[in-house]
Amino acid sequence: MEYFLQQLINGLTLGAIYGLIAIGYTMVYGIIGMINFAHGEIYMLGAFISLIAFLAATTIGGSSVPIALVITLFATMIFTSLWGWTVERIAYRPLRSAPRLAPLISAIGVSIVLQNFSQLAQGARVKPLPPVFHGGVTLMEGGDFTVSLNWLQIVIMALTLVLMLGFTWLITRTALGRAQRATEQDRTMAALLGIDVDRIVSATFVMGAVLASVAGLMVTLYYGVIDFYIGFLAGIKAFTAAVLGGIGSLPGAMLGGLLIGLIEAFWSGYFSIEYKDVATFGILVMVLLFRPTGLLGRPDVEKI
Amino acid sequence: MLKVEAVQSGYGRIQALHGVDLTVAKGEIVALVGANGAGKTTLLMTICGNPRATAGQVRLGGEDITRLPTHHIIRRGLAHCPEGRRIFPRMSVLENLQMGAATALPIHFEQDLERVLELFPRLKERLHQRGGTLSGGEQQMLAIGRALMSRPKVLLLDEPSLGLAPLVVRHIFEIIAAINRDQGVTIFLVEQNAYHALKLAHRGYVMVNGRVTLSGTGAELLANPEIRAHYLDGGAA
Repeated sequence: MEYFLQQLINGLTLGAIYGLIAIGYTMVYGIIGMINFAHGEIYMLGAFISLIAFLAATTIGGSSVPIALVITLFATMIFTSLWGWTVERIAYRPLRSAPRLAPLISAIGVSIVLQNFSQLAQGARVKPLPPVFHGGVTLMEGGDFTVSLNWLQIVIMALTLVLMLGFTWLITRTALGRAQRATEQDRTMAALLGIDVDRIVSATFVMGAVLASVAGLMVTLYYGVIDFYIGFLAGIKAFTAAVLGGIGSLPGAMLGGLLIGLIEAFWSGYFSIEYKDVATFGILVMVLLFRPTGLLGRPDVEKI
Repeated sequence: MLKVEAVQSGYGRIQALHGVDLTVAKGEIVALVGANGAGKTTLLMTICGNPRATAGQVRLGGEDITRLPTHHIIRRGLAHCPEGRRIFPRMSVLENLQMGAATALPIHFEQDLERVLELFPRLKERLHQRGGTLSGGEQQMLAIGRALMSRPKVLLLDEPSLGLAPLVVRHIFEIIAAINRDQGVTIFLVEQNAYHALKLAHRGYVMVNGRVTLSGTGAELLANPEIRAHYLDGGAA
């Protein structure tokens, strides 16, 4: 029981991170119908930017960790979203009317470029960050096993919740969100109502990058090590989460992220940690085979 | 108000318009009739810049809008109610109307919404229903209402009668006349239903294979034997 609870906490933490990245995949797919395979790299850049920002903030700002973290959070969101915006501008927008395969290849190209750029700029070795948060709450003590929830896990889950609520509000209640949904449903019609579709697409990439950058910051703090290659695996897992939830569906991406996190945690806890990625990708294969629309996705055919 | 001069346009290598000239004066209802595939829809879309005219000029209120991107053209006071209505299916009726008001000033919203709902009381009952669940007639009302939310100077209507029951068609055409009469909106209407369209319009044009072949007042065209033979007899309501 105690062990189960501990894995549940670990799984939810991991799932929150995957969910934040998955939203970027699902939104971009919804609006321009392409899988942005460079999205994992945006998350990786977010991790590096957060590390640099945090070190800079503690060097300049002194010893107050909460203040340094808030500065880091905003700096990471701003700089990473600039990357997201630039990638769309340079690699995807010129291919807007090209066949569907072209932007996909371009995305893979961007992914390789960003990985190599990080490797050259930051070095190939892993970058460590000493633990910033210490301690936590002990939830349960049973015999030789204690269930603990550390402060960082609380921060991750709380921040994810706030971001997802804010994001849901943005999409469902604001004019920008409305324009995004309209563009997703009928791009030509949105333009015919005076919507600048290019601007909406840019906004979508920026939002996806903001959420991925926070995920990058969280991973830097949570695992304490990052390298230029982390975007690949995390990207594919978040993509799996988006597919599991139903690509194009925002609640689906959040749900899929949580499920993938939980599956990974429980698999590692009860079966074998070496094969945890196999479990995740097994899910991807199963979903694609038996329910390609995902859990909350809608069928492609629609009554007009 | 709206002036189309020697416009050529098409999709890819297929040319659909071979030099079209027509004008719509302020306050007029002008109908463009013609058979399926004559290029009527292409002309309306070309006026909106999608596809772009390959030759010729489109002017709105004296300004050359031929090279402007679609959303800039719309912001200059044009509204397009396109073929197939293109309601956002997974947005509520209210959200569809809010999208129509995307280029309008927010302070006008309440007033404009009230005006549209007065015109189409059916939409009021369905305000929070998804657009995709409306009937064809309701969708057409929503499409026109959405277009009006931007306070357009010129309203383009593409086949507002398509697929609707005769009684609903009559209702829609009455409302189009009212919009023109009471709100002073200039209307350029494309129709296969030539009888209704020409009865409603002040002036009309006939399009055949991407060219305007005839023009005149609505009554003149209705009386024209050639038009009667091609578009009216048998097809008249």
